[in-house]
Amino acid sequence: MKAFTYERATSVEAAARAAASVQGARFIAGGTNLLDLMKLQIETPTHLIDVNHLGLDRIEETPDGGLRIGALVRNTDLAADRRVRRDYAVLSRALLAGASGQLRNKATTGGNLLQRTRCPYFYDTRMPCNKRQPGSGCGALQGMSRSLAILGVSDACIAQHPSDMAVAMRLLDSAVDTMDANGARRSIPIADFHLLPGDTPQQETVLKPGEIITSVTLPRPIGGTHVYRKVRDRASYAFALVSVAAVFGKDGTARFAFGGIGAKPWRVEAADAAAGRGAKAVAEAALAGARTTHHNDFKKMLVERTLASVYRQREARA
Amino acid sequence: MKFDTPAGTNPIDQGRVIGIPHDRIDGPAKVTGTAPYAYERHDAAPNAAYGWIVGSAIARGRIAAMDLRAAESAPGVLGIVTHANAGKLGKGNFNTAPLLGGPQVDHYDQALALVIADTFENARDAARRVRIDYMPQDGKFDLAAERGNAVKPPEGDFGGAPDTAVGDFDGAFARAAVRIDQHYTTPDHSHAMMEPHATTAAWNGDRLTLWTSNQMIAWSVGEMARTLGIAKANVRLVSPYVGGGFGAKLFLRADALLAALGAKQVGRPVKVALARHQIPNNTTHRPATIQRIRIGADKDGVIDAIGHEVWSGDLPGGGPETAAQQTRLLYRGANRMTAHRLATLHLPEGNAMRAPGEAVGLLALEVAMDELAEACGVDPVELRIRNDVQYDPEAGTQRPFSSRKLVECLRAGAERFGWDRRKAKPAQVRDGRWLVGMGMASAFRNNLVGKSGARIGVDATGKVIVETDMTDIGTGSYTIIGQTAAEMLGVPLDRVTVRLGDSRFPESAGSGGQWGANSATAGVYAAAMALRAKLAEKAGYPADQAQFEDGLIRHDNESRTLAALAGREGVWAQDSMDYGDLDKRYAQATFGAHFCEVGVDIDTAEVRIRRMGGAFAAGRILNPKSARSQVIGAMTMGVGAALMESLEVDTRFGFFVNHDMAEYVVPVHADIPPQDVLFIDELDDKSSPMKAKGVGELGICGAGAAVANAIYNATGIRLRDYPLTIDKLLKAQAA
Repeated sequence: MKAFTYERATSVEAAARAAASVQGARFIAGGTNLLDLMKLQIETPTHLIDVNHLGLDRIEETPDGGLRIGALVRNTDLAADRRVRRDYAVLSRALLAGASGQLRNKATTGGNLLQRTRCPYFYDTRMPCNKRQPGSGCGALQGMSRSLAILGVSDACIAQHPSDMAVAMRLLDSAVDTMDANGARRSIPIADFHLLPGDTPQQETVLKPGEIITSVTLPRPIGGTHVYRKVRDRASYAFALVSVAAVFGKDGTARFAFGGIGAKPWRVEAADAAAGRGAKAVAEAALAGARTTHHNDFKKMLVERTLASVYRQREARA
Repeated sequence: MKFDTPAGTNPIDQGRVIGIPHDRIDGPAKVTGTAPYAYERHDAAPNAAYGWIVGSAIARGRIAAMDLRAAESAPGVLGIVTHANAGKLGKGNFNTAPLLGGPQVDHYDQALALVIADTFENARDAARRVRIDYMPQDGKFDLAAERGNAVKPPEGDFGGAPDTAVGDFDGAFARAAVRIDQHYTTPDHSHAMMEPHATTAAWNGDRLTLWTSNQMIAWSVGEMARTLGIAKANVRLVSPYVGGGFGAKLFLRADALLAALGAKQVGRPVKVALARHQIPNNTTHRPATIQRIRIGADKDGVIDAIGHEVWSGDLPGGGPETAAQQTRLLYRGANRMTAHRLATLHLPEGNAMRAPGEAVGLLALEVAMDELAEACGVDPVELRIRNDVQYDPEAGTQRPFSSRKLVECLRAGAERFGWDRRKAKPAQVRDGRWLVGMGMASAFRNNLVGKSGARIGVDATGKVIVETDMTDIGTGSYTIIGQTAAEMLGVPLDRVTVRLGDSRFPESAGSGGQWGANSATAGVYAAAMALRAKLAEKAGYPADQAQFEDGLIRHDNESRTLAALAGREGVWAQDSMDYGDLDKRYAQATFGAHFCEVGVDIDTAEVRIRRMGGAFAAGRILNPKSARSQVIGAMTMGVGAALMESLEVDTRFGFFVNHDMAEYVVPVHADIPPQDVLFIDELDDKSSPMKAKGVGELGICGAGAAVANAIYNATGIRLRDYPLTIDKLLKAQAA
């Protein structure tokens, strides 16, 4: 860990201003990912701005019937919220499928969206990694890539986005609410929030320097049967090989989002459109353009199988 | 005391304290955080500076240049140890590569420097500023590719001759009515114990003290003396609490050596712990294996020919994974062969991990037996009963087993598990989204004994004190040693104080190879016999007739309290148990039978253990509570080996890629259902006066094969390439 300075921000505006004015500053919320990365010097912030005390820890109903989730709402609290459990069950289930109880007690809504890949080459600073050190190459492409992404990847990077929560957020068409250093607010559709690696895998979101996530807004509840199905190498406390978030409507429509396979939380319209034709058709649509290695080519099959399991669960619940 | 004839009736047979379930006596200290571990010895070594190890970024080559200037001028830095300033170092007998590398580099993350600073954070930051330029060399990292270059290794300290042969294996196998000939692979495994390797070191003149986390005190004193070129008498090693070892801490490792070198350089105590991500590549691991098993049997499954060949790799000078060990002793068959071949690999060094040999050997053998059972149409339990043998099948009837209750374990285990409900034909049972299957396997692990000593005394309050350099690596040594002393001297367990893990105490067998419990308590037995004689003499009673009970020594109608006899000075005795040739004349081993029921998801091929149980025969069970903990922990590790654990080798860079606990997955609570353990009554009078045998490793032996066989029974998919992960199951299903 490199030495750094620390401040406890007193307002959202001040936090954003400080972040924009200090080179190498980072916000710190739960710290469940950032601190680990700092210890390994994968992240080397010069200045930490603690945003834990800005009143961003509330869940409020929006005028149009949705829910605004403060960026600092802990994963545990969000998963347990009565409204979330009732109206956005897929989100609650996704949260509870992630990490451990201890981590969820600390991890925040905004931080979860910003968590970084678990690619093992990203995690070893002696290895090439374009995301960690642009231009150094990708260690994973010809290396051990069993856990890595098959969608949205590039020659520069095949890192996966590890979040469960973000997959549900993507399914629900959430919006990421931010404030920048000038106090300007914007609402970013989650579909546009994460960037694909392309030639610049180090750029992971559209956030500008200093821009801080203040909340995530869920639109009005969509009803239906909610399923989150996560497949991993052990029964708990592991990142997804494949996860599927799904909401089935009463009218036969459905929507799907995927974790463990994308450079970002993955959702394609064509997959939703194929809902009536079953798991195989949905998988085929979702996997359009998939690019696999010989370590992770099983994920294509596993997407189809996980979808089959999701359909089975839907039937059991209907 | 020498143990060279079978034990008769002795005080241990009273079974007042021994053989009764006891909570571990060190438990309260551990759960209240008052048991000090190696990295926390602020009490013993105040003002310690912090060391951080710089590991090699390449697998093989040489250091071209080291630039320490940026690190030396970093805040708080007190010194940097490298090969250039460490002085001439010897190499221990137990480590293959030097613990401090340079200029030659032998493996990835080999320690090349120790940066010492006033704080942990400063040391870690400064370590990042050490600049090393390398001249890399090509290396060999792929066991499958090197299999053809593997050679017959020299005989090691454990595991016997590399090759054995009896009768005419080739001929008998060729003639057999039923033949199984299959290859199996197991990957490299990491011990993944909870406490990392850690040491606090301090010098007082030329005398070195190490507070460390180590399983084998006397070995490691010797290794440190050998490496530093100093007298053993000048090395003190203290390791009273060890947060898990599984073989990772049998030996002197880099944390201890570099803490010692660092403390010397900066003239104050230095402490060093390995970071989690350093452990897989800096330290030892269980080597990957390729195994070929051939079994020839008659149509009823009775074995006539059995062959087991094993290929593994290690650094030059290293040793093989002796995975054919159990095949020499477990089943009958007049025609037999085993062979171990060793390839050169420039990966980090391989070495012992819980039940070296058998743990992975049985992953292969017991699946081969399942395949034989199916080929013959014989129930897997019955097949094993038919092939039971009461003598060493390589040596013949003149070398019987000291005790062998495999058949009893198979029968009792099957009964308890409800094995008769298993459908012989695979893929027949469905429960909701789960395909359900049952599998079983024999458990086998050698019983090793070793010389072990102790000192025991009674003080003026009648309290009994035991001191030995035996370690408790979470296994329950404190408690069984306390029980032994209590039994021998007729006091309750709470009147016994046990002190372990200090090289100032008498040398013990240490913790490894499941030899610790039986050997160390036998050492306490020997010392206690000597103390009983002294106390009897003081009381004026004949030693062979005096009774020890209720804190008293009795003879006829007289009695004296131990407290009174001890007086202000106390009475002390010291002895050790040494062994004759009973383990040569008799094959000594522990046995069991594992049973497992799995569910395999009909869609995703996720595997969940639904039930798991076993029956085990390991001589006298000294403390059924901690023995059960040992067995279920080992069964859990067997599940890990079957389903998930694998160090992944990057054959381009030559290192284990998944070197943290997020990527090297071990079972968590959600993976493990309630586990049932039955101990079969057994006293082995040829093992030691305790009539006990080892039990700490038996539980892992065969557990994973039972899982694999259950998966086959559930799905009809036979995988022979561990771990049996979702990707492999899906691919096999699709094929």
